[in-house]
Amino acid sequence: MTELLNNDALSEEADKLAPEDGATRASMPPPPSVRRIRPREFRPSDVALLLLSALSAFSIVWILFTQLTLMNGPLGFVVIWIPLFLGMYWLVNRQLFTRQVAIDRLIGSIVTMGAILMMLPLVLLTIFVFQRGLKQLSWKALTSTQEGVVYAGAGSHGNAIGGVAHALVGTLEQVALAAIIGIPAAVLTAVFINEVGGRFTKSIRVIVTAMSGTPAIVAGVFIYSIWVLRFSYSGFAGALALAIILLPTVTRGTEEVLKVVHNDLREASIALAAPEWRTVWSVVLPTARSGLITSILLGIAVSIGETAPLIMTIFGNQVMNANPFSNPQMALSLLAYKQIKLPIQSQIDLGYTSALVLFILVFAVFILARLLGGNWKRRGGSRRSMLSAVRWTPASSMDPTSQEISNTKEGAVDV
Amino acid sequence: MSDVLNAQESESGTLVASSASSAVTSLRIDGVTAAELEAKGVYAWFGERCVLEDVNLVMERTKVTALIGPSGCGKSTFLRILNRMHEIVPSAALAGQVELDGDDIYDANQRAATIRRHIGMVFQRPNPFPAMSVRDNVLAGLRFNKIRSNHKDEIVEEALSKAGLFSEVKDRLGDLGGALSGGQQQRLCIARALAVKPAVLLMDEPCSALDPGSTLRIEQTIQEIAEEVTVVIVTHNMQQANRVSHSTAFFLAQDGNPGYIVETGPTKDIFTNPQDPRTADYVSGRFG
Repeated sequence: MTELLNNDALSEEADKLAPEDGATRASMPPPPSVRRIRPREFRPSDVALLLLSALSAFSIVWILFTQLTLMNGPLGFVVIWIPLFLGMYWLVNRQLFTRQVAIDRLIGSIVTMGAILMMLPLVLLTIFVFQRGLKQLSWKALTSTQEGVVYAGAGSHGNAIGGVAHALVGTLEQVALAAIIGIPAAVLTAVFINEVGGRFTKSIRVIVTAMSGTPAIVAGVFIYSIWVLRFSYSGFAGALALAIILLPTVTRGTEEVLKVVHNDLREASIALAAPEWRTVWSVVLPTARSGLITSILLGIAVSIGETAPLIMTIFGNQVMNANPFSNPQMALSLLAYKQIKLPIQSQIDLGYTSALVLFILVFAVFILARLLGGNWKRRGGSRRSMLSAVRWTPASSMDPTSQEISNTKEGAVDV
Repeated sequence: MSDVLNAQESESGTLVASSASSAVTSLRIDGVTAAELEAKGVYAWFGERCVLEDVNLVMERTKVTALIGPSGCGKSTFLRILNRMHEIVPSAALAGQVELDGDDIYDANQRAATIRRHIGMVFQRPNPFPAMSVRDNVLAGLRFNKIRSNHKDEIVEEALSKAGLFSEVKDRLGDLGGALSGGQQQRLCIARALAVKPAVLLMDEPCSALDPGSTLRIEQTIQEIAEEVTVVIVTHNMQQANRVSHSTAFFLAQDGNPGYIVETGPTKDIFTNPQDPRTADYVSGRFG
């Protein structure tokens, strides 16, 4: 039963095993005469096949590049290597197995490569930021500001490098304010579009879509003209601009998540005489909780990294200004942008450190969200059993449908 | 409406959920809170299409009334008219009266929410709230209607017992509603509907998504709760109608015409001695 709840490969395998096998597995090892078959298993020989195909393709390209022709450049190498590998892999499998198996593996490798290609920029970016940013990352850099920094390089005396503390404080304050302003508005908009409806649903959806396509700098210019010109540069003005960035992202994400909530639940709630707001608040939103948190975080992550709208709203400074409502503030993204333009290596490195801190901040927000999404203590002190803990794996909590599938699975077996 | 219902409560000396400040008393002490439901000349439309025509039916107090008939004959639509769920479909319209102990539930002064609290509903697919625990699922109706009670544990136990589920889940009240099996989920939905102590319980093919074992349990449950609440059940399963119901109404819709009631009467008569040849054909399995 419990394996069934892990709706992953494990349970699939458990299903495939013969029932008597499953029964003996717990108590004693099966008799040696029984040979287990796992049709989907990728055996060591298959791995060897894959690696050897890759290696032989690599060797051929290497010979082609270094011995036969004068071609060079890693990009060209990879561009020739990959199709050659695919062809090689197909050929080898065609020799050993049937045509279907060969095609299956060929397509499988192409799809896997797509996934790797997708991961590649992220991995390279992470490595790059860490490599450059770690040089200046220290406790001092995290706790000091750029106050009194003389841009004279590392060799000069006095506060030559400075730190990112003022930017860190600024970013946290601006994003927090933006979230406080933008998230309720965004969630309410999504609830309106999806749950309440009415004549304006379509036009509002179009506006939200248009907003998500608006260049970020336009948000900055907008806030500059309606707020900054009247009052002053401030962190709050930056927060307003970020809220504009955040709004369409969160609205669209939330709307998608609300769509997945099954209509049966809304009807059940209505049949229990719940008012409309109750249905939304107690049934729809809790059911969509994990997806909701994900879309909110996505919005925060998008806004936390914005630079363009901040240039015209918070302006940037060198000293600590913890008050977001008056005078210019700094933000990590803006600091990175300004530092990297300076002609001093240590200052450029500090810019990368700023980027690294931002990077870690975003990462921390995501981890926090996963934790929040996974274990939410409900009111009434009711405890969640192991069973439901298994059920709320990130995979199942990501979308309510997969949870529903595992429910039906369980129902089918249990009753 | 609420006046009359309250009057009815005081007459029978029992408490329904509306008087929740003191909703401690078990329903079982005094027996009946059930009400009689009567449909008079009910028509229903989706857009311009008429789906029900002149339906007249009395659903007697503390009895089980089964609605049978082939697919698309308007049984479910009729059922949803009985607790004002029909109107949540944007294009839906209706005509006629539905009287709950003599009060028209479609009177302009009635709030749909009040009606739905007195006339509960169980759906075809089990739909416990997945983000709530078993306990919170049962108490959802109370919470939604802002009914406060110091005796929630008793209410949970009573509702779950009536739905025949308490012994199975008494150690798992904190588990999520979705963690139960399909049959248990459906009984949880019945418990959820019973917790607000409705006068009528509508069931829309409650067993169609379940296996025979669970179906049997739910049928037992229906017979037990019918002592306290009027039950109206839509079913495709004629054996089920035969087993659980006291009276039966046979619906039919032919060639795209609106559905109507061909014959009503005590279940025994409908199944053993139908007056109309179409009823005879349907219950003997010759069509439908």
